[in-house]
Amino acid sequence: MPHDHPHGPTIDPERLLHYQNMATAVRELLIEKGILTETLFETKIKEMEDRGPALGARMIAKAWTDSEYKARLLSNGSAAAEELSIPVDGTHLIVLENTKDIHNLVVCTLCSCYPRNILGLPPDWYKKRPYRARAIKEPREVLKEFGTILPNSTSVYVHDSTADMRYLVLPLRPEGAEGWSEDDLAALVTRDSMIGVSMAKDPTIPTRSKKKEP
Amino acid sequence: MKPLFPVGSRVQVSDRETAGHMRTPRYIRGKTGIVERQCGLFRNPETLAYGGDGLPKQPLYRVRFIQSEVWSDYIGSGTDSLDIEIYQHWLNPAD
Repeated sequence: MPHDHPHGPTIDPERLLHYQNMATAVRELLIEKGILTETLFETKIKEMEDRGPALGARMIAKAWTDSEYKARLLSNGSAAAEELSIPVDGTHLIVLENTKDIHNLVVCTLCSCYPRNILGLPPDWYKKRPYRARAIKEPREVLKEFGTILPNSTSVYVHDSTADMRYLVLPLRPEGAEGWSEDDLAALVTRDSMIGVSMAKDPTIPTRSKKKEP
Repeated sequence: MKPLFPVGSRVQVSDRETAGHMRTPRYIRGKTGIVERQCGLFRNPETLAYGGDGLPKQPLYRVRFIQSEVWSDYIGSGTDSLDIEIYQHWLNPAD
């Protein structure tokens, strides 16, 4: 993913290092005391790494081609994910539909709440203070830095993920992909478009790997 | 705890000062919005974070605020909004 937008100061690196050290120390102690095992850590890390934006892209592509699925997705995101055999582990997923009149943007100002079951691990910028502080206060400026320029006739709805819900944006289906299969459509759905910082890919612009999310 | 505020109610976020683990960001305290939806009952993170049981469960809402009412210098459309999850014990009825 391109990462070319400017940043202000982020978290004090020494502080971050302290918590990284603490996390390692706790992990080692848990293993040493036999409470958890190295294998369990490895399995869990692998599980986390196996989840990624391709899961969300499948849901979006299906919603673009199947209006009944889309209705179910918007009324109960978690159930619609499970329908496609995507486990949500009790996550309460709310899906936000972008239209020509409404653009949705997701942020967690308090930490880094993110629909990890559907999108995998959040990008670093999502967890850092500049994005968290600015997305709520000057969302149009932030969107512009991601290359998303919206007219004032489009309302920007920001969603601060402060508690128990998790959010997935249903991007606007781009024009120029009429008649495409679900798999081909899924390749247009980027992680960033499901956070709401950008649009789905333009199908009229050829890409090097059409079928694979980088 | 029963949900007190139906969808569409005008509510004001409590402006109280707090310390510790809260899920109500400071920037929204004192602001008035509209209940967008009821999210169900959830354990209270303010005690859950400290080894407590988080009970009684608190009704959680998504409250919608108009951006220009949250930030006096907001640049954008008058219909731009901000939805935030807020627990009932942080909400008061607004006129």
